[in-house]
Formats: sequence, C-alpha cells, structure tokens
Amino acid sequence: MTANTESILEVRDLVKHFPLTQGVVVKRQIGAIKAVDGVSFDLHRGETLGIVGESGCGKSTLAKLLMALERPTSGSVRVNGKDIAAAKGGELKRMRRNIQMVMQDPYTSLNPRMTVGDIVGEPFEIHSDVVPKGGRRRRVQELLEVVGLNPDHINRYPHQFSGGQRQRIGIARGLALQPEIIICDEPVSALDVSIQAQVMNLLERLQNEFDLAYIFIAHDLSVVRHISDRVAVMYLGKLVELGSDADIYDSPTHPYTQALLSAVPVPDPEGRETRQRIILQGDPPSPANPPSGCHFRTRCWKAQDICAEQTPALEVRPGSDHPSACHFAEARDVVNAQ
Amino acid sequence: MTEVLSEQMGSGSHAGALLEVDNLHVEFRTRAGVAKAVNGVTYSVDAGETLAVLGESGSGKSVTAQTIMGILDMPPGKIAGGEIRFRGVDLLKLPEDQRRKIRGEGISMVFQDALSALNPVFPVGWQIAEMFRMHRGTSRGEAKKKAIELMDRVRIPAAKERVNDFPHQFSGGMRQRIMIAMAIALDPEILIADEPTTALDVTVQAQIMGLLAELQRDSNMGLILITHDLGVVADVADKIAVMYGGRIVENAPVYDLYKNPAHPYSKGLLESIPRVDHKGHELYAIKGLPPNLLEMPTGCAFHPRCPYRRDNCVTDAPPLYTISGTRGSACHYWREVIDDGEH
Amino acid sequence: MSDPTATQDLIKGADEPAASPVAVRNGQRGLWSDTWDILKRRKIFWISLVMLIVFLLMAAFPSLFTHKDPEYATLAKSMELPSADAWFGYDLQGRDVYARAVYGARTSIIVGVLATLATVILGGLTGVLAAYFGRWLDAVISRVGEMFLGLPYVLGAIIILGTVAPAQSNPGKATIMAVVIIVLALLGWPILMRIARSAVIQAKHQDYVQAARALGAGPLRIIFKHLLPNSLAPILVYSTITIGSYIGAEATLSLLGIGLRSPVISWGIAIADHASYIRTAPHAMFFPAGFLSLCVLTFVMLGEAVRDALDPKLR
Repeated sequence: MTANTESILEVRDLVKHFPLTQGVVVKRQIGAIKAVDGVSFDLHRGETLGIVGESGCGKSTLAKLLMALERPTSGSVRVNGKDIAAAKGGELKRMRRNIQMVMQDPYTSLNPRMTVGDIVGEPFEIHSDVVPKGGRRRRVQELLEVVGLNPDHINRYPHQFSGGQRQRIGIARGLALQPEIIICDEPVSALDVSIQAQVMNLLERLQNEFDLAYIFIAHDLSVVRHISDRVAVMYLGKLVELGSDADIYDSPTHPYTQALLSAVPVPDPEGRETRQRIILQGDPPSPANPPSGCHFRTRCWKAQDICAEQTPALEVRPGSDHPSACHFAEARDVVNAQ
Repeated sequence: MTEVLSEQMGSGSHAGALLEVDNLHVEFRTRAGVAKAVNGVTYSVDAGETLAVLGESGSGKSVTAQTIMGILDMPPGKIAGGEIRFRGVDLLKLPEDQRRKIRGEGISMVFQDALSALNPVFPVGWQIAEMFRMHRGTSRGEAKKKAIELMDRVRIPAAKERVNDFPHQFSGGMRQRIMIAMAIALDPEILIADEPTTALDVTVQAQIMGLLAELQRDSNMGLILITHDLGVVADVADKIAVMYGGRIVENAPVYDLYKNPAHPYSKGLLESIPRVDHKGHELYAIKGLPPNLLEMPTGCAFHPRCPYRRDNCVTDAPPLYTISGTRGSACHYWREVIDDGEH
Repeated sequence: MSDPTATQDLIKGADEPAASPVAVRNGQRGLWSDTWDILKRRKIFWISLVMLIVFLLMAAFPSLFTHKDPEYATLAKSMELPSADAWFGYDLQGRDVYARAVYGARTSIIVGVLATLATVILGGLTGVLAAYFGRWLDAVISRVGEMFLGLPYVLGAIIILGTVAPAQSNPGKATIMAVVIIVLALLGWPILMRIARSAVIQAKHQDYVQAARALGAGPLRIIFKHLLPNSLAPILVYSTITIGSYIGAEATLSLLGIGLRSPVISWGIAIADHASYIRTAPHAMFFPAGFLSLCVLTFVMLGEAVRDALDPKLR
C-alpha cells in the first residue's frame, strides 16, 4: 500500500511540556510534565502510521499537537511543507481542511443537542466556501452513505444511535472537508469487539477510496498491526522504536517493545502453559519526573550504567534495519517464542 | 472460616458445585419499558476453577455478577426468577444479615474501576483493616497488621510505609492490587472479578492477571472472570460461558471453544480478532448491532445478525443444547457450526 | 460496572434508533425547530402559556378583570370577609382585595421578570466569559462575584436603596422600580454566574468542543452552537425560580420601607401590609399571596417544559 513515499506530514523534534505551578496568588513553576519530549517522524501519502503506547506515554497529547489543538513548547509539525504549529488565524483555518481527526469516545465527541445533519454539516458552515449553501444537505447525505449510515437519518440526534454508528458519524464529520490526513485517536477502543471490526473495515475502505493517510493511535497492538503500514512505539514522551509492522512485531529490538508485545494475551489457549512471558515490574514512572538517560531503564532487564548517563537516540543500530532507541538493541521474536 | 459458614448454613455437604446460578432472570424497570437484562442464565463454578464469562456491554454478564453478590440496585432491578446456590443454599432466599456475612467471607468481588470503588477519604490500610474489624471484630492494631500482610501478599512495594497512604497516591495498577487485597482479606471461596484489567495498560494487566492466578492457586478459590477480552480468557480460563442478549449462548472448556466454537456468535467473535495472516484483508465483522434489551428479537436473540439463520430461528428460541457433558450451545444448527470449523 | 448508570448502559446498546416522530419529517431540522415541535405537543406548555397570557393581560389591562378602583377605600369595611359584593373581601384600609391583587400584577411581574432578565444577562454573560476564557478573567470575575455574594442580601439592599432612595424621600414610581430591579440583579447575579460558569466549564471539556476547534470553529460559534445549548438547562431552571423569589424579595424590601411603597400597588406590598394581621384577616394576605404563587408556578412550569424540550434525550 505504500507505493508513495512523498511525506505529507513531517514532525520534527516536537516537545510539549505542561508547566506544574504552585501558589495561588503568585504562581511559580516547580517543574513540568514532559508529555511529548522530542518526537520526530514522517507520514507518507496514503499510508497508515500506527502509534502504540500505554496511558501516560503522551500519545493523546501528540494527537492534539498534530491537530494544532495545543501549541508545542518547541518543534514543528509541517503539513505539506507548512508548519501548522506556527500557523494562526485564517491560515491555520485553511490548513485544518487538510488534517482532521476521529476521536475515541463516540458518546462525548458528538454534541448531543445537534442533529446528525448539523454535526456532519458543521465543517461546511465553518468553511463556507467548500460547498455552496444549497448543496450542503445533499453532500451531508452523501457522506452518511459513504460511512454506511442511512442518509434519511439526517434529522436524528446522536443518542438515537449505537456506539458504532456514532463513531461512523464522527468519521463522516472528519471526511467532510476531504482531508489528506486523518488522526485517529483510539477510534475503536470504546467499541464492543463485534463492532470494532466493522469500524476498522470502514476505515480501511475509506483509505483506499480517498487515498487518506492515517495516524492511528491505539493501545491495542493487534488492532494497530492490522491497519498499519508502519508502527511507532512510544514510552514516556519519546518514540523508542519505529519500523514496518513486520519489523516491530516479528523482530522488535527495544526491550520495551518486546515486553509490550509479550504482555499482550494471545487469543488462543494452545500452549499457554509453556508460553514465555516478559512481565515488567512496577508501573511507568511519572512524566513529571522521568528517569535520566533512557526513560525505560528503571523497568529494563538490560539496564547498565550507560543507560542512566546517555539518552539513546532513535537510530538504526547494528544487527537491525529499523531505528530503535536502545543502547543494547537486539532483535528478538517474542510473539512466536515458546 | 469454612466451618463457621457451613455451620451457619446448616449443610456441610451438598451435591452440586460450590456456586451454581440456575435459570436466573433479572429485569430493569425503566421509563421506556422493561429491559430484560438476564434471561435464564445457568452456570456453575467449583473450588480452584476459573470460569470466564465472556460478553459485550449489555450482554448481562455484570448484572449476573451483581445479583450473585446481592449488590444489584433494586429498584430499578428486579429478580424475576431463578436460584443462586452457594454450597447448596439459595442465596436469594436468605435474609439480608446472612447474605451480608457471605459477602466478603464466602463470595467477594473485584471491580473494574478501583478508583471509584475505594473511598477517597480513608487510608487504604484502614479500608483493608475495616474488613477484619467489621466481619471478625478484630482489634485495631491486629487488623492493621493483617492489612500490611495482605498488602505484601498482593505485592505492594513498601507496604509498611504505604499503609497510611490514600487511594489517589497509588497508580492504577496498585489500586487494583488494593482492591484485590480487600477482596481476598477474609479468604473467600469464590472471587468474582468484573473486568479487573480493562482500565489498565497491557504491561500492568499481565501483572494483575498473574497475581490473580497465583492467589487462586494458593487458596484454591473459585474464580469468575467477567471480561470481553478474548485474549485474557484464553490465558487463564478453565471453562467459558459466552453471553449474548442476557443468555448463555455457549459454554465449553476453554480449549474446545477456541479450537472450534459451537455457536455462530462465539465463532464470529473469534473470527473478528485481527490476526497476522489476515493482514491486508477485510476483517470478518459480525454484521448489525447488539440487541436492544427493551425489544429483544423473537426466537433466538442473535438471529438478525446470524449467517446460519433459518426460518425457525426467528420463531423458536433455542434451548442450550447439550453437545457433550461439558459443552452446550444455544443454536439450532450447532452441528453445522462445528462442522464448518472442522476444515 | 458498579456504577449506578449500569441500567443506562444496558439500554444504550439499542438496535436501530427508535423512530422519533420528529425525525421523520423532510427538510433540514435543528435544535430550535425540534424544540418547538416538542413544545407544541406538551400539555403542560399550553397550560402554563395560557396562565402566562392571563397574567400578562392582567398586568397590561387590569381594567379588563375588574371595574373597581383599587385606590378607593371605605374604612368602615376594613378587613371585611369575602362576600358577593367583594369576592376576596376588603383589606385593612377597606380597599377591595381582588382589585388590588389584579392591579398589583403589573408592578410585581415587571419587577420579577425584568430583575430576572437583568440577572440572567449579567450573570450568564460573566459566567460564560469566565468559563470560556478562564485564566485571569475567570479569577477576576469569580472574585468580584464572591465579594457580592459575601454581602448579606438585605444589608446590601438597605445600603444601596437607603442611599439612592431614602425612606423619607418621594421618588417617582418608575425611578424606584428601576432602582429595585437594579439592586436585585446586582445582588443576585453571582449565583447565576456560578451556575453558568460551572455548566460551561463542564461542557467545554467535552470532546465535541475539541472536535469543533479542530474543524476551525471560532469562539463565537463554539459558545453559541456548542456551549450555550448544553449549559442552558440549569440556567433556565434557576432563573424561573428566581422570578418568584424576586417578587418575594420586592415584598421584603417594601416591608422594610425601602422598596416600593404606597401608592404603588404590588403583591409584595399587599403581603407586607397585612403580614401582621394574618390571624384576624387572613384573606387580605392570602389572595395576593395566592396570585404570587400561581404566577411563580406559571414561570416554573414554562421553564421546565422548555428545558425538557431542549433535551433531545428526553423526547
């Protein structure tokens, strides 16, 4: 699916620190939550880049930065060469046409007091030059049809739909301005298992139909693998490994990736008694006070003195062909290991 | 403790399993009508056994658990029929004070959301100790000592120092450990875990599931694991009850079910899991939507979504057909479903 | 699943959405047209609307309801009980209680409605601004509101009214009504500001607001399309109750001799004048108080009907 290697999204050294303040009258900064701490990657036209990580790793903040809903502390997010993180006013509004999002919770992402027609049609009201007023209703109905909803339901309210249908409404809204990039922030994690597959199939179909590029953020590794061409693994604000889906799943080199893959329960009881498991100790440290050097070293079984002293860069290491941020990167197939 | 209970309940031995849910019916009266949440659920669990109850939201899996625990909100909930036998005694017929005794000592429960299940204004150690003081009348000092022991047992680091900390000072995984400590404090014979790891990250989930398995092994508890996660089930369950629309649609030993499901719904669920060899293809998706509990489909509740549907599925609700001694399927055409899985 | 919304969860796995009669119609529809459609079919809405019209007519054309002169006093008939001649009896001064209740509607309703309107505008605006823009603006508005809240209601009214219109002075009727309205709004806005602020803050953190921002929506669209419709319910409920309490507050001020005073006719004044005679002549106070209660009930019912109709989930 990745014939095209033209980058439509270039993220460089993206940093977002949320200041921690103390004091009521005179606020003074006592530290910062390093939600995103130097992230760089490219997204090619028509591809899907999966981003996996656990809660608190900064993946949702990253999504907000890409959408320019938050201003980065430093770094750039270039959409077709232009930095959306620095854009303002009319220019930012124009750039938004090209990058849209699908949110996690289908119950809170739709205004309960707007009809489906108003929700999906809102993009056209905000960008009034996209579709002339008379054609908007028809366009909204077309969009509903594209995402597999009955176009006659245009006057219904969100609560009259199930979770999966609401997620389709959210997708229709994201498609309205015909963007090239859609950021999907955990788009199926709030849905029932039997509905997840329907929405995943819809996302794939739309990608082929409209040549969309997805950033697909999720914590569910099997879902990410299914839909992604490339996968980035995130831990405490940093990318620790980046590669094709086969690189990441079959020959992960970063210990965290290995532990993450190993922890995912396999939906097959066969051989469960003998399965090798890497069980990490403890919880991820607080992003307000991450460990020095490599952020993962406090839970890592390979950690040595160098890990506390030098922050490993995300780069291709010997013995592997994809970048990994570990001083001791070494490929190991944990999924099929017995 | 076991003797105390059996003495109370007047029966030391009984024929069936440790806990048996028998043809349970639960309804909710709502403004829009009667929602039939549980429609004749039957399952059992024995000491040392792990039963996984698998189902999606609205399948009735949690309502059944709440009914077993006696913590269902009534109204709007209403038990419309059936029995829940613990050591042969029907819990639904016991007076409230005896049920309260069984809660915690006989059967206890771990909830999904540990943060809201713990009281934010009391130290966690105090909350664990309270279990002993309430049920056993243990002295303050003794109870606190036991609380620290329990916190050690669920592997909370530096239990002694953290016993006076408050719930918000713990991470999600640690809070779930505290919940588990409270649940096992009185050595229950049955532990119900309702989506215990759904709110947790995978690496933490692995820790918690490992802990639960270990505790079960040590004390020979019966474990009812309620979940929607097919991976977790495959990892720990001995047997599985699949619920759909308030009914058990299939029950089976774990290996049988994953190898060859006997109900179209379980089959569909298993097939919709993204797998490596599916990559680049469409995922199998069960079409349609879960049933509306206010207007259940006639006949088999799954028929509007079922690829095996025939005319009689629309009219006749299938009973839970016995396939073998340990397996059952509520599908008229279970033979076909199994045959399809053979090749 | 230990939460009390478990029942709700069970039902939201709904199948095909139930066809609502509103949705079947052709043409593009929106919240306001749907709200009107719902209101049209509510009995309680029509009942309260009819009652409101009666009260408004009474306020505008009191002579339609009585031919008696509310000012005409026959001291001999002081506190006489209801009879065929005077349905509601006579008051302390021997004036017709019914006629005074009818003529009192104008002042009471004007004071209640205008003071509430001023409160809603002042409190709602500051609340929305504080919640939406946050930071220093929120801090300033919240602190100022707390200062006003800290001021005891009656004390505040005595100080302001005592300065602007001392008890011995004889300001014009319109002037004193305006002053009373301003005083009520000035002392009442912080509560409404806090209600509006918390409702908007709650709505502001919803994902749909983020989604609108991601589409490029500006502050005005977000406030009017997303935040206000979702924050209206508590504001509406509180303000309809406020109408009643303001009519009552007007009475309190009259009782203290610093609010409206004779010859102005109002329910509040009638109640205040006869409060000390409640044992000997209950009717003189009962009837104006009854009018007041009915009027408050009208507004509360109307507010509730509108609130329900505004919530698509209750349809």
